[in-house]
Amino acid sequence: MEKTFKSPLKHIAFSVFAWLVGLMIFFPIFWMVLTSFKSELDAISMPPMFFDFDWTLANYVEVQARSNYFKFAMNSVVLSVGSTLIGLVFAVTCAWAMAFSPTKRTKNALLWMLSTKMMPPVGVLVPIYLVFRDWGLLDNRFGIMMVLFLMNLPIMVWMLYTYFKEIPKDILEAARMDGATMPKEILFVLLPMAVPGIASTMLLNIILAWNEAFWTLNLTTSDAAPLTAFIASYSSPEGLFWAKLSAASTMAVAPILIIGWFSQKQLVRGLTFGAVK
Amino acid sequence: MGAIRLEKVRKTFGNLDVIPGVDLDINDGEFVVFVGPSGCGKSTLLRLIAGLEDVSGGKILIDGTDVVDASPAKRGLSMVFQSYALYPHMTVYNNIAFGLKMAGESKAVIEEKVRNAADILNLTDYLDRRPGALSGGQRQRVAIGRAIVRNPAAFLFDEPLSNLDASLRVNMRLEITALHQSLKTTMVYVTHDQVEAMTMANKIVVLQAGRVEQVGAPMELYNRPANKFVAGFIGSPKMNFIEGAYAGQRNSHTLGIRPEHIAVSTESGEIAATVKIAEHLGAETYLHVVADDIGPMTVRATGEMPLGEHDRIWLTPDATRLHRFDAHGQAITAP
Repeated sequence: MEKTFKSPLKHIAFSVFAWLVGLMIFFPIFWMVLTSFKSELDAISMPPMFFDFDWTLANYVEVQARSNYFKFAMNSVVLSVGSTLIGLVFAVTCAWAMAFSPTKRTKNALLWMLSTKMMPPVGVLVPIYLVFRDWGLLDNRFGIMMVLFLMNLPIMVWMLYTYFKEIPKDILEAARMDGATMPKEILFVLLPMAVPGIASTMLLNIILAWNEAFWTLNLTTSDAAPLTAFIASYSSPEGLFWAKLSAASTMAVAPILIIGWFSQKQLVRGLTFGAVK
Repeated sequence: MGAIRLEKVRKTFGNLDVIPGVDLDINDGEFVVFVGPSGCGKSTLLRLIAGLEDVSGGKILIDGTDVVDASPAKRGLSMVFQSYALYPHMTVYNNIAFGLKMAGESKAVIEEKVRNAADILNLTDYLDRRPGALSGGQRQRVAIGRAIVRNPAAFLFDEPLSNLDASLRVNMRLEITALHQSLKTTMVYVTHDQVEAMTMANKIVVLQAGRVEQVGAPMELYNRPANKFVAGFIGSPKMNFIEGAYAGQRNSHTLGIRPEHIAVSTESGEIAATVKIAEHLGAETYLHVVADDIGPMTVRATGEMPLGEHDRIWLTPDATRLHRFDAHGQAITAP
């Protein structure tokens, strides 16, 4: 990267710009964390207080006392990891077929799968709600897991497809000549070679499922409710409690933020995959 | 045993007839080379035999059994790929052992066979390495090792040397030939390089546009090419093709003269010519000349010839080694 800029001035200008954008993106999260340590009064004071307020953990204690954080967190883990694992089983086989035995219409099928993501989810809220109601899947972990899995499946297939595309077909054919059956070929040859791609696909989907709020809020109430519902419960009709809401939000995003922080490299690779050769 | 017989084997991709129908007999223990220009269907034919592509019609018999519907592994063949196709995440040992593991062999048997193959191929010191840490020649050996341990009915090689540099290619060529001599297993080898074909094969199959142009021993193809295509493809530098009056005088439409079958003299001869370019290789000299009334020709002279541009020379083709072709490019055999 050092060689990209010819003049040092341009380099500095670009760095400043990049930092500005970075700070703008980071600011809401920073503000949320900061607010969670304020009293409700300090939280809404004008002008806003940056560091010169009375730091307090009261909000965390209060939030903990009012609702069972761990129950929601457990649901979040089960839903995001569960939907990703189920998705992986389907996406790997699907992407394997598309990448190594393509037909004339494979590209169309991929685009069609992706196009389902262009529809606003609210468009199918009523039918899905009714189906869930009739099948007794409302506020059910399995039901919401299915929705999250289906919602992210196109992205998983697409990501794995672009990843598998880069694996030479010869190697799979060599495995076939060596007597590997289809499941063994996928398990012993394809998957070990695709570990980085699968890891980034998994991570991205866990994050997407963790943060998914539309379906989780509409289809769950308590038993299957993940952390999104936990946050939402603090924007109540009696009024907004900014500090408590911030404390709840901080606790909700903390686990995924930590995972994301430690797996930055994988995530960036996953997101830019296929964009650069 | 490894006798392979192709009966009217056809392959079409959509509307494209890649292989319109090939009949071929490969005897047990033979080293057969499929040779032809790129896109002639030689690799496709090999993949059909391997089972990596499905035939569109015809039969493939291995030791008398039709294997058209059998999976690649069930055919008992081993293949060495152009790209080596090693498993990058496995050590050399596991690469070689993979096929045996899939076949459910016991650990002791695998160990013995892998060590044995590594010994033959000088890979013993590299068994713990990953393919990424090996040179091109070593990778090729691992690919061959993987093929050997399965004790196949026949080996299939798909342009295995084209990724290697020139000197290594000559070495590997000799190694594969030596391997064939010691194993005596049927080998089917695909290449576009006629030198590899000539040096390695017991039997050469020349292909063009999915059709078999000629099948025969290397020297048979060299001495008695069935048509102009084979004549031009086998031998280097390429055979000279002369049309017009000179060919007509010898009862042919086209007359083929190999560059090495022309005597060169600075004093007298049958055809007068002017040197355009002289390539001096030391052991031999390639002369690219323009012959009077005939046109451009290539001549291969042994030893060093002190000739250069614009020099006048005389050429005398060896009358006993002329190749005559009719208007359709077929060889004329009758005198």
